[in-house]
Amino acid sequence: MSVVDERAARSAGGPGDADASGRGAAFASPVGGEALTIVEPLIFEHSRPGRRAVRFPAPSEAARAAAEGEPPLPPSVKRAEAPRLPEVSELDLLRHFNRLSQLNIAIETAFYPLGSCTMKYNPKVNEWAARLTGFTDSHPLDPEALAQGSLELQWLLAELLREISGFAAVSLQPAAGAHGELTGMLMARAYHRSTGEGEQRTKVLVPDSSHGTNPATATMVGYTTVTIPSNERGGINLEALRAALGPDVAALMITNPSTLGIFEDQIDQVIAAVKEAGAIAYMDGANLNAIMGRFRPGEAGFDVMHFNLHKTFSTPHGGGGPGSGPVGVSERLLPFLPRPMPVLLAGDPAEVRRNAWAGRATDGARFGLDWDRPHSIGKVRSMFGNFGMHLRAYAYIRANGGDGLREVSDDAVLAANYLRVRLADAYDLPYDRICKHEVVFSGRRQKRQHGVTTLDLAKAILDHGIHPPTIYFPLIVEEALMIEPTETESLETLDRFVDVMHQLARTAAEDPGALRAAPVTTPVGRLDEAGAARRPDLRHRFDEPAVAVSTSAG
Amino acid sequence: MAYTPHTDPDRAAMLAAIGVASVDDLFADIPERVRAGEWDLPAPMAEQEVRAELSRLASANRIPQVSFLGYGAYRHLVPSVVSEVVGRAEFSTAYTPYQPEVSQGTLQSIYEFQSLICELTGMEVATASHYDGATATAEAALMACRLTRRDRVAVSAAVHPEVRRVLATYCSGPGIEIVEIAVDLAQDASGQTDPAAAAAALDTSVACLIAQQPNAFGVLEPMAELGGAAHAVGAQFVAVVEPTSLAVLQAPADYGADIVAAEGQPLGIPMAFGGPWVGLMAARMGSVRQMPGRLVGATRDAAGRKGYVLTLQAREQHIRREKAASNICTNQALCALAATAYLTAVGPAGLREVAELGMTQARHAVTALRRAGLAERRFSGPYASEVAVTLPDARRRHAALAEQGIVAGAPLGRDYPELDDTLLLAATELTTDADVERLVSALAASR
Amino acid sequence: MSHPGDLRYSKEHEWVRVEGSTATIGITSFAADELGDIVFIELPEVGSRLSQFGGFGVVESVKAVSDLFAPISGEVTEVNDALGDQPELLNSDAYGEGWIARVTLADSAELDALMDAEAYAELTA
Repeated sequence: MSVVDERAARSAGGPGDADASGRGAAFASPVGGEALTIVEPLIFEHSRPGRRAVRFPAPSEAARAAAEGEPPLPPSVKRAEAPRLPEVSELDLLRHFNRLSQLNIAIETAFYPLGSCTMKYNPKVNEWAARLTGFTDSHPLDPEALAQGSLELQWLLAELLREISGFAAVSLQPAAGAHGELTGMLMARAYHRSTGEGEQRTKVLVPDSSHGTNPATATMVGYTTVTIPSNERGGINLEALRAALGPDVAALMITNPSTLGIFEDQIDQVIAAVKEAGAIAYMDGANLNAIMGRFRPGEAGFDVMHFNLHKTFSTPHGGGGPGSGPVGVSERLLPFLPRPMPVLLAGDPAEVRRNAWAGRATDGARFGLDWDRPHSIGKVRSMFGNFGMHLRAYAYIRANGGDGLREVSDDAVLAANYLRVRLADAYDLPYDRICKHEVVFSGRRQKRQHGVTTLDLAKAILDHGIHPPTIYFPLIVEEALMIEPTETESLETLDRFVDVMHQLARTAAEDPGALRAAPVTTPVGRLDEAGAARRPDLRHRFDEPAVAVSTSAG
Repeated sequence: MAYTPHTDPDRAAMLAAIGVASVDDLFADIPERVRAGEWDLPAPMAEQEVRAELSRLASANRIPQVSFLGYGAYRHLVPSVVSEVVGRAEFSTAYTPYQPEVSQGTLQSIYEFQSLICELTGMEVATASHYDGATATAEAALMACRLTRRDRVAVSAAVHPEVRRVLATYCSGPGIEIVEIAVDLAQDASGQTDPAAAAAALDTSVACLIAQQPNAFGVLEPMAELGGAAHAVGAQFVAVVEPTSLAVLQAPADYGADIVAAEGQPLGIPMAFGGPWVGLMAARMGSVRQMPGRLVGATRDAAGRKGYVLTLQAREQHIRREKAASNICTNQALCALAATAYLTAVGPAGLREVAELGMTQARHAVTALRRAGLAERRFSGPYASEVAVTLPDARRRHAALAEQGIVAGAPLGRDYPELDDTLLLAATELTTDADVERLVSALAASR
Repeated sequence: MSHPGDLRYSKEHEWVRVEGSTATIGITSFAADELGDIVFIELPEVGSRLSQFGGFGVVESVKAVSDLFAPISGEVTEVNDALGDQPELLNSDAYGEGWIARVTLADSAELDALMDAEAYAELTA
């Protein structure tokens, strides 16, 4: 038996782990003056036959009469029983979802230093812009003449991302980071096929510190993955990389700064070695928030990179999506970009940019979609990507400007290094060197000396009203605690976090049982994840039978 | 600058604690020869300037006064309560619920979403959502390949072209062959996928048959017969559906679908020039371990309280890496929440009204066009709320109407050259009698 | 940790018990503990042929997944269907009720490539 990945193998929790006493303090009932803890019933349990929220007008007599001139639905395609959707009033609907919302920790309610996720503040003006009806009501298949604003915005955003990253062009189509990876790797493969080396290049190299999406993406594209070890300083092992490179390698996928929060200080040699071997240099841009204005991957020689607009460019994470994962490419991958690409059909690009940067439209400029891309890998998503995320990212970049983006990265790196230095006395630091936007500690000291696992620490952090860091990742760090403070947290917030972490380190030594019992203030304690997986309950079971579809008055 | 809280004294204090003289020292590990050169980015903007710029772009879009355009994206009422729920920062600014104790809001709402999608489709299990309907369909095809250990996929030509394009891209990765089943597009043909043609294209090397209900021309397919053809060779039957229509149309489980994929945009999500939307996927419980993407399950804590967790995670990339069912990492949780709030807001009666109002106005439009001698239905097969009509000089007249802010549906000739004289008209509950009159009079004037 | 003396063990943490021409195979209690709460096992099909040290299935815990490698070659004659509903038997009784499959022994010489309980205990110490 070989453990493919035993990350957090001991994080199951389960019955017996938690102490029920005192629960509810941090989440004291915000609604309705009920008991300390809220257990909000399922929406189905609020349902009463005949209640409803939204109403629709009846069709006019004229419409109904005219419709009778056409055949109705044949009985064979009709549904027998009505779906048992909830029947609630508008107020009850709002109370239900408002109560649910209050069971969450979110950026706007608490410090959220979840490593690798860049949980920065999501500016409100972006949300204001996203609600403009000129955007919300824009149909993606409207004639281009009616969608000039959407097309111009996409063209401008691609121009900005191009400049930030140093690539030759950017596609906005991918819907998320992993989707951008898929897009990038399909382009890498298309490139090798175009040079006649498609058959021979079958391997993708991935460092052992990589995101799980990297090897999963390689598989989806039909490649096999070869793992490259890290060196003792947390960088990629250059000798091992050189040894693995050869005529059978299609690409290297590397995260930079790495998932250890460390900039690959031999990145120039890494890129050179990959290119010399004829392979594609792919950069996972998840950690771009660390390096804006300091390192431009395209300029440095990378062939392709995905951006995460929901990380670096402040679009809301949404409880796990929607994201957006545009992809930048070098000249040699240009022909393979997904289609269509938003393009400037009429007008001088420099003039259009200059005007837009001054907040002006350009007379005579015309935007469109370029479908005529014969070598394109095709479409990776319907329509043109998550436009609602594009416009938020555009607003964010414009608010910051070039100077602001550079300051974003500077402050993000400053904050992470501050935490690195302040917490180094309490927790082991496997790679004790300047970090970028995040720092990875190890809880191995607490585990060995006091039997307190990193999972216990994370659960105890919850009792302080803070979202825990990413835990048990990257895999190469034992009992990893990956902390990414971002640039939008004040010094006081950082100091409070330092105090909490110090206090937990003391508690681990003095009263380890207390940490193993955490959390005690959250709406529920540690949940039985093993039970959930052994006997999956993935949907509500109705007590009441379904009823036949009734024919409405119309 | 725009959103960072640090004052110069804060920064000085942090630099002193770290023991470096300047922020530049924190970037000393970037090799000299690959450090960033100058960039040419605009100056920062104050909020009022950001608003002005985004307003400029929003108003550069001309939202049609009258639109019969659907073809994959639909203009529906987004109830105010739905926008309110989705706007809650506790939902929108949380991340993937990796810490279930402080994520019960997100987790329970996803469990409710999964339950609703099961109820609409009649299936046993639904995922926490996908990027969109097209990628959900492509993932369904790959899932069918894993389930059957086969490497060919059959798809009807009457499945929306966007879906087939994305399917082709996804299948190109692992080298899965796509077999397309042609559909007769002649005037007065049924517009349906012929079950006999499907059966002829299928054999025991085919993992699944993909058909869409209603299909890309708005025509209702003989789904039970198509499913039968798939099952006869041991293939999975993948049904691509439109969710509001399921208020009145047969549930996919009832016509034998093994996997259901759908674009969830009609469920309370703005069209927003193509996204973010939400992909729906549902299947039978026996296939759950080959399903891609996140799943939420119910369980209990030590005190017996019910709670929800991400479950069956060993299928996923962060555990299984190169052996994962998919590389999918994010879902579209906030859009799934919108769909959950929408289905709750409209309820069973409201969803039926949405479906029926669309069907009524589609028939109204067809009748009015026919009576005015302007257009005829292209196909004879039954339809719901979207319908293909034939008229002379369709493309030119479509463009002429667009100039006046009237979008006369989707010209199908771009995707189906044989349908160059055909427009696909969609109606919803927002389509009014006045819209129908404007369409008729404008088309009459464009002759 | 002690392991039953009548079994042979592979370095991939599988065990085999030979009774006449039948070999019963499973995973060791060490492996089960390392994985944590096991939630699912993909069993081999009856009639399939296993080859020594070849993969024959997958076992999942809440947040880990492992390949299973056959400690011995042979044709599968029976699988432990109880593990479908109760994968926790792999944790609670790895050498008893948590057995995975029975195979007809193809080549008893293969047993020489496996460890006895003492050597296995040393490996996992």
